[in-house]
Amino acid sequence: MSTDRIEKQVVLRAPRSRVWRALTDAQEFGAWFGVKLQGRFTAGARVQGQITYPGYEHVTLDITIERLDPERYLSWRWHPNAIDPGFDYSKEPTTLVEFHLEEVEAGTRLTVVESGFDGIPLARRARAFEANEGGWAEQLENIGRHVSA
Amino acid sequence: MSPRSARLADPAEAAPVFAALGDATRLALMGRLRTRQPHSIAQLAEGLPVTRQAVTKHLEVLSQAGLVRDFRQGRERLWQPETKRLDEARLYLDTISKRWDEALARLKAFVEN
Repeated sequence: MSTDRIEKQVVLRAPRSRVWRALTDAQEFGAWFGVKLQGRFTAGARVQGQITYPGYEHVTLDITIERLDPERYLSWRWHPNAIDPGFDYSKEPTTLVEFHLEEVEAGTRLTVVESGFDGIPLARRARAFEANEGGWAEQLENIGRHVSA
Repeated sequence: MSPRSARLADPAEAAPVFAALGDATRLALMGRLRTRQPHSIAQLAEGLPVTRQAVTKHLEVLSQAGLVRDFRQGRERLWQPETKRLDEARLYLDTISKRWDEALARLKAFVEN
């Protein structure tokens, strides 16, 4: 079982061009992601902004765009879960976030892959969990669900 | 997708864990330990309809299943959840994975409107 990557897939009832705009136009991206972004999504660009999503307003999003292949592929790097403003994440490895867009009958299949977690110090990963007070309750709930399944 | 349940997918490994948790008192004890602060027997027994001796026995069952561990601090025996068992790397991914689910749900609503 991989602890290095997350993969998500979703079918969006919208054409690829629409999805592409939502992913790469700073203002549109900000609208759904919950961030007030400054900058443009061009290869090599650093795009930053204040998170507006409730509970994370103290967090600055800071991504470095890697590659764009219009309406097909977008990738960026960031420090995952960098939600502690008092901690300097700059010396830690980043993860790579990739978006793949494919045309399907219903619209667009979007695959998101975030990888490189194994490069993040285990202590930091553990700390992230300790900050999550609901972790244990959630874990027990999962066990309960697993048992009753 | 269900990465969380996959963690205990090996039945041989999971059975003792589920057996240990299949008891109301032991589940209550795990709930009390979820803050990860070490607890004394007295703290853990508070308000529970069982004796301290019974609580100790329950904790030992949980300990055998690898869910808690104890250590001595002076004359006191303290208990805390076994963090290794929780597979923190995996939980970390679960947290981030959940955030992606939420973000993609917002993206879906955004582009489909």
